[in-house]
Amino acid sequence: MPVISYIQAVTQALREEMQRDEKVFVLGEDVGKRGGVFRATDGLYDEFGGDRVLDTPLAESAIAGVGIGAAMYGMRPVAEMQFADFIMPAVNQIISEAAKIRYRSNNDWSCPITIRAPYGGGVHGALYHSQSVEAVFASQPGLKIVMPSTPYDVKGLLKAAVRDPDPVLFFEHKRAYRLIKGEVPEDDYTLPIGKADVKRDGSDITVITYGLAVHFALQAAEKLAEDGIDAHILDLRTVYPLDKDAIIEAASKTGKVLLVSEDNKEGGIISEVSAVISENCLFDLDAPVQRLAGPDVPAMPYSPTMEKYFMINPDKVEKAMRELAEF
Amino acid sequence: MGVEKIKMPQLGESVTEGTISTWLVQVGDKVNKYDPIAEVMTDKVNAEVPSSYTGVIKELVAQEGDTIAVGELMCYMEVEGSGSTEDTAEQVKEEPAKADPVAEEKSAPVTKNEKQSESAENDKPMKKRFSPAVMRLAQENDIDLEQVEGTGKGGRITRKDVEQVIAGGSTKDKQPQEPAQEAAPQTSQPSPSQSAPAPVNVKTEVGDKEIPVTGVRKAIAQNMVKSKTEIPHAWMMVEVDVTGLVEYRNTMKDKFKAEEGYSLTFFAFFVKAVAQALKEYPQLNSTWAGDKIIQRKAINLNIAVAKEDQLFVPVIKDADDKSIKGIAKDITDLAMKARNGKLTSADMEGGTFTVNNTGSFGSVQSMGVINHPQAAILQVESIVKKPVIKDGMFAARDMVNLCLSLDHRVLDGLVAGNFLARVKEILENVTKDNTPIY
Repeated sequence: MPVISYIQAVTQALREEMQRDEKVFVLGEDVGKRGGVFRATDGLYDEFGGDRVLDTPLAESAIAGVGIGAAMYGMRPVAEMQFADFIMPAVNQIISEAAKIRYRSNNDWSCPITIRAPYGGGVHGALYHSQSVEAVFASQPGLKIVMPSTPYDVKGLLKAAVRDPDPVLFFEHKRAYRLIKGEVPEDDYTLPIGKADVKRDGSDITVITYGLAVHFALQAAEKLAEDGIDAHILDLRTVYPLDKDAIIEAASKTGKVLLVSEDNKEGGIISEVSAVISENCLFDLDAPVQRLAGPDVPAMPYSPTMEKYFMINPDKVEKAMRELAEF
Repeated sequence: MGVEKIKMPQLGESVTEGTISTWLVQVGDKVNKYDPIAEVMTDKVNAEVPSSYTGVIKELVAQEGDTIAVGELMCYMEVEGSGSTEDTAEQVKEEPAKADPVAEEKSAPVTKNEKQSESAENDKPMKKRFSPAVMRLAQENDIDLEQVEGTGKGGRITRKDVEQVIAGGSTKDKQPQEPAQEAAPQTSQPSPSQSAPAPVNVKTEVGDKEIPVTGVRKAIAQNMVKSKTEIPHAWMMVEVDVTGLVEYRNTMKDKFKAEEGYSLTFFAFFVKAVAQALKEYPQLNSTWAGDKIIQRKAINLNIAVAKEDQLFVPVIKDADDKSIKGIAKDITDLAMKARNGKLTSADMEGGTFTVNNTGSFGSVQSMGVINHPQAAILQVESIVKKPVIKDGMFAARDMVNLCLSLDHRVLDGLVAGNFLARVKEILENVTKDNTPIY
């Protein structure tokens, strides 16, 4: 199986979907000739032409709106937000239109759009290029939010997102783009949206997380293993709606749960995970559910020391895991 | 007309419970909305609980001395319609006579016994804290948790510990070994003398003034009773020649004040000497804990600061780490805070021994009451110029008495005597050369 990077998995999934289905097309800022600022759509313009790889104006509301309209008309658009931070002008389109059209029209209409956006910090990107925005959308029934951690998951889930009959937000961690590599089958496969995945089996503590933090947790787990601490790691993969069964199972397995997210702590995805656990797992819990997340300040800072303070990293995760194991 | 509940209000952000020190009303009393109905003491503030309704007190659920959580029931009131305000007006006039609302004390009560006794059990504080998982497994498998060895933090029994016992088939064959420690006096259960001070029937004459015992005064009273009834006090005094110290300090004091902005007091020298001697005699830096004596590593010295009718004992933390200047600074800060009502609970916590500057009131001899649950208290009396025999001749020397009260359960005369002798030795040999201020 070839080893490819996280971003190559994105490109591969898009190419295969565009080859498979003529209704699939890509639109966004600089996605065409340039191949995207991160090169996620590299080569697609040459292969599929300007009609299926659209360079748009700098107007996220229009990118989402055009995509939503096309999707409602039967197309399968994949819209790219250049940075997740820029999605804010499109929020009204996404929440008020895409998320609600199936319900509002009593199933007459649907909106099978995929909106991709690179999110996350640790790249010295400062305020407008580092944010995690998933929590903004994670209370909107009608939306699905996918945040994969590995190239294998990226390809399988992005293909599933494109084929999904409803809108899917697909957030890719920009630091993972070239940092994370892994084996990805060349053939066609999809992974189920809405299903979490056990990334490491263990019996002492449970870490539930998503995105780049999965790798931090895996690294920390290897260190802890040297001291005989055996961590169980669940990758949410889809952060909305949550895979409650998998969360309950993972939390009950060890009774000691650490939730990790690089988003601000209060009101984030992991807060909801914590609620699921407390509703269902009281008699299996052996320690208070712990959260490790970014501080509740408005944005990722630019200064390297402050960015480091804000951003979670393997050391912080290891420390939190160790404390929980010792409890 | 309906019955309403009055609940313990939230008295400050971090406060979770309060102790009812005094009910200001009785069953049957008519009360206006916002009238104080009870005085409540928390570890942060003493405050009055106002009535949430106008009505008649129906039942006092909580008793004086009870500690109840925020949001828990205090009493029931029968609430009237809004039309009845007129006849309650008459009632209100009597109210102040019954219980003069005492000004709110924002500062912490006298001592932090509760906190100290908690740390006294720090050895295995989590041994009996069971998580839901542990409780469930123990019940389902009929396991006696007393017999399970805890490997978690603070001796906590983890889910894995119980699972291992289940897998192993039996609990460890250990005789019950610890249950006795429960009996230590450190339990927060108030002793009878503490909970409800019975009103003593004293005849009053015309012109006598009645001062209700509330708030800080009440806490002082309770602590003193607790200390004197629980601790067998013994007493000892030495006379110390501090002529050298007085000379040294007097040569330094003006310059010190000019440079540092606060006074270089004699007391700082005494505190420093006590900290030094405690390091050598840790027996005095300890606490009686029923079946054991706990010797404290930290030397945190309470100093007594009086303010009108109140007495505070804030703490100089890690006094053994500090220079005389550092101690003088702490004393100044703490005294200032006490006088301005700015002491925080952090300032009051963690004391391991008390040094009391009774000399500041002109006292030359006193028998201190030990600051429960410490093992001893040292009173530093007035420095007095006296004729003493030195080298076979009369000499005018600066003399001071140091009075030590000790918990005779913890300490005997020998060690206390050695300790005092050491303090005396340090103080008598203070000179510019061997005792730097900085």
